[in-house]
Amino acid sequence: MSLNLGNTTTIASGGTPNRRNTELALLVFAVIIPVFAYANVGLAKNDELPSGMIGYGLGIGLIAGIAHLVLRKFAPYADPLMLPIATLLNGLGLVLIWRLDHEPNLSPANAAPSQLMWSALGVALAIGVLVFLKDHRILQRYTYISMVVALVLLILPMFFPARFGARIWITIPGVGSLQPGEFAKIIIAVFFAGYLMVKRDALALASRRFMGLYLPRGRDLGPILAIWGLSLLILVFETDLGTSLLFFGMFVVMLYVATERTSWIIFGLLLSAAGAVFVASFNSHVASRVNNWLDPLARASNDGVTETAQAMFTFGSGGLMGSGLGQGFSRLIGGIAAKSDYILATIGEELGLAGMMAILLLYALLIERGMRTALAARDPFGKLLAVGLTGAFAIQVFVVAGGVTGLIPLTGMTMPFLAQGGSSVIANWALIAVLLRISDTARRPAPAPATNPDIEMTQVVRS
Amino acid sequence: MNKPLRRVAIFCGLLMLALMVRANWVQFVQADELQSHKDNRRVQIERYAHPRGNIIVEGKAITGSVETTGSDFNYKRVYKNGQMWAPVTGRSSQAFGGTQLEEIYDGILTGNDDRLFFNRTVDMLTGKPREGGSVVTTLSNAAQKAAFDGLQGKKGSVVALNPETGAILAMVSTPSYDPSKIAGNSQNDTKHWVEYTEKNKDEDPMLNRAIRQTYAPGSTFKVITAAAALESGKYDVDKKTGIESPYQLPQSTNKLGNSAYDRLCDDATLRRAMELSCNATFAAISDDVGNEEMIKQAEKFGFNSEVFTPVRAVSSVYPEDNRPQNAMAGIGQASNRATPLQMAMVTAAIANDGKLMKPYMVDRLEGPRSTVEQFKPEEMGQAVSPETARKLQEMMESVVEKGTGSRAKIPGVTVGGKTGTAQRGEENKANPYAWFISYAKSGNGSPVAVAVIVEDSDAARGDISGGGLAAPIAVDVMKAILDGKR
Repeated sequence: MSLNLGNTTTIASGGTPNRRNTELALLVFAVIIPVFAYANVGLAKNDELPSGMIGYGLGIGLIAGIAHLVLRKFAPYADPLMLPIATLLNGLGLVLIWRLDHEPNLSPANAAPSQLMWSALGVALAIGVLVFLKDHRILQRYTYISMVVALVLLILPMFFPARFGARIWITIPGVGSLQPGEFAKIIIAVFFAGYLMVKRDALALASRRFMGLYLPRGRDLGPILAIWGLSLLILVFETDLGTSLLFFGMFVVMLYVATERTSWIIFGLLLSAAGAVFVASFNSHVASRVNNWLDPLARASNDGVTETAQAMFTFGSGGLMGSGLGQGFSRLIGGIAAKSDYILATIGEELGLAGMMAILLLYALLIERGMRTALAARDPFGKLLAVGLTGAFAIQVFVVAGGVTGLIPLTGMTMPFLAQGGSSVIANWALIAVLLRISDTARRPAPAPATNPDIEMTQVVRS
Repeated sequence: MNKPLRRVAIFCGLLMLALMVRANWVQFVQADELQSHKDNRRVQIERYAHPRGNIIVEGKAITGSVETTGSDFNYKRVYKNGQMWAPVTGRSSQAFGGTQLEEIYDGILTGNDDRLFFNRTVDMLTGKPREGGSVVTTLSNAAQKAAFDGLQGKKGSVVALNPETGAILAMVSTPSYDPSKIAGNSQNDTKHWVEYTEKNKDEDPMLNRAIRQTYAPGSTFKVITAAAALESGKYDVDKKTGIESPYQLPQSTNKLGNSAYDRLCDDATLRRAMELSCNATFAAISDDVGNEEMIKQAEKFGFNSEVFTPVRAVSSVYPEDNRPQNAMAGIGQASNRATPLQMAMVTAAIANDGKLMKPYMVDRLEGPRSTVEQFKPEEMGQAVSPETARKLQEMMESVVEKGTGSRAKIPGVTVGGKTGTAQRGEENKANPYAWFISYAKSGNGSPVAVAVIVEDSDAARGDISGGGLAAPIAVDVMKAILDGKR
């Protein structure tokens, strides 16, 4: 505010207020709500306030506080809602994972402490991005390096053994495993943004009209078909429906925004449909997912109750208000993904429809802030990067939440911030950091015009 | 670039909207269906989350609940003297479901019944654990025990009723099973279940013979034939019937008689024929009265319809049939069949001066704080006129006094009864069923009517007769009730 007052006489444009105090107030809620949820789980499970409550509260508070201070220093004009929403989702995710840790049969056991560590690492990475990436346009220089890195990250898991029916992990013995797809999401957005910014005119203008549609030239079509092929390769060799959909969807969205040509959307949808039909008819893994989706309550071939059915029961049993944290039976979902892919089901049962709507609104709000950042950005690269990252985030939320609730066939992906998994939480914090950086640049007041000697004079006199 | 950007933003908004609509669909519209789906284990978990209410006999619980470990069910059912009470309680098994009273009153026992809503709310507000209600039965511990002990080592069933109210006092079926052994969902329970269901196919321990098995009623059916005879007005207790023994069956070359008593049965009175259990007399009466009237009389006693006690009892049958079959049905040796409960109802109606009361085994349902429902005796109808009933009583008392039922005498008590030895198997090769039905009088009413059937036993074929095998069990049961009255 004080900054604004001082500038009134010098500039007319900009004038965006610094919203850091708003952010601080929201952050207080974003920390307190998970702490209460934590206490709630402790009371429900052990009839006492959990001993780690103060440590957990201080931990989240500290992480959020440091991030907030870094924003004040390095990105003062950044969007005030992103950090609190991400903190709240991350905090609630930790509580839910800790709550599921109470169920002895769910793997991985005792996941909450390591998830807290990964969250801290994620925030640290976000802080690193904010401190060292002074302007997002610097990323533009790394367009083609990004492409190479992203390709390597995407192709690498093919050489590692499949886990749980999908090859999306890189396993380093003794260290752990990594889902490179989560990081590739950000890096490939940088590549798309850089590439499309340069080629957008060629793609948009040099085209032939055919049946009311502008068809791209053959040589412009090349990169698009290459991405499509890559998505299909991921799908076929890594059996990862979600990642493949995510990349192709992100690319089509960015292409559309860059060229403003609706024909790209139609072209993209046709390619997706062709790819989906091709894979669904040749891949039994994908086909079984589709069957589960068509008849979610059907028994499995061994007459057991499927995970899909269990997830539906979990949601249904929650009803309007839910059973209360710690008092549901989402452990019945079992398997290996109760704490990751299916974590939304625990919310559905224990917090009810009310809690589900709240969580979905938080995601919707975060996406809305991302889109607003893209609209507000002044440079095409920033716009494309912001819409690409936000679009990818939105598609991911839709694919996971839609899959778990039975709206679309289930694909193995994680709910950003909520789900257990180190790669996911670190990558999503980095994604938020890049968006914060773009929004800071976008909302930053325009630089002051060239110094006017007269004003200097008066200032000297005044002081 | 802003125009397509806005469109993308709207598209993302629509994606989120679709998710919210879906959440509402699953968690609101479909919620009830999903919550109560048979594959939703929460239904089972909830059922066994709290100690189950009990089934009560004479103020004492015959069931219990114990905490279990190693399963997501907190409690499981246990039964005291399970083999003896299984035909009454049925079972409540985590793995194999529930039957009989346990199943019918599951809502009361778990506390989930709508009528216990107030209790649940109070418990929830005061923080007390959920408590189930209890099912108070009409059974008598002493009578049940007497019947169960009497059938030890034998295959058979006993049903005892209070003729004046229809209250079931004893209901035993042997060989029986212990529902405690299959109440859980462990491997042990499965092992016992397999033993009960597969290994013992001919023993069939989980069959409740008292209400789910029909038998040829044999000579005990003669009381119904006698009732039809008296109601027709053509016959009287001490009037000669004019029927020859052996009797030439209608439309047949076969003759029917009682090899030892043919001389005594020839042109006997109804009383004499009942004392000696003369086949010729009752077959001829059945033919004389006719199939239609016989069906009517049998149905007045409860044949041809199911009875809910509230546990369902299968219907006993007296079918439409041709003349020779109808004549044979008059002595209980044709296609007519009866459950032990049905024969107890016949006896009880006669002892209660012709008025048939609906048999019932639950006196009241109790919530943790108050009675939820009190059951009252119900009349099913007048099976025979009071006059006919008294004549039938006279005859049945003669049977015990001077006839085939002499083993049922109880000093100082008036007892009426009828024996039955039902032939079965091809050319009567299998061991026959030994039947005995009886009632005892005390004061001016009758407190107990019993039907006993012994299907098979290790006894030699010659020793199997209603009077020899079944009557002593009936006596023990009647004594148990009479002793309790004093």
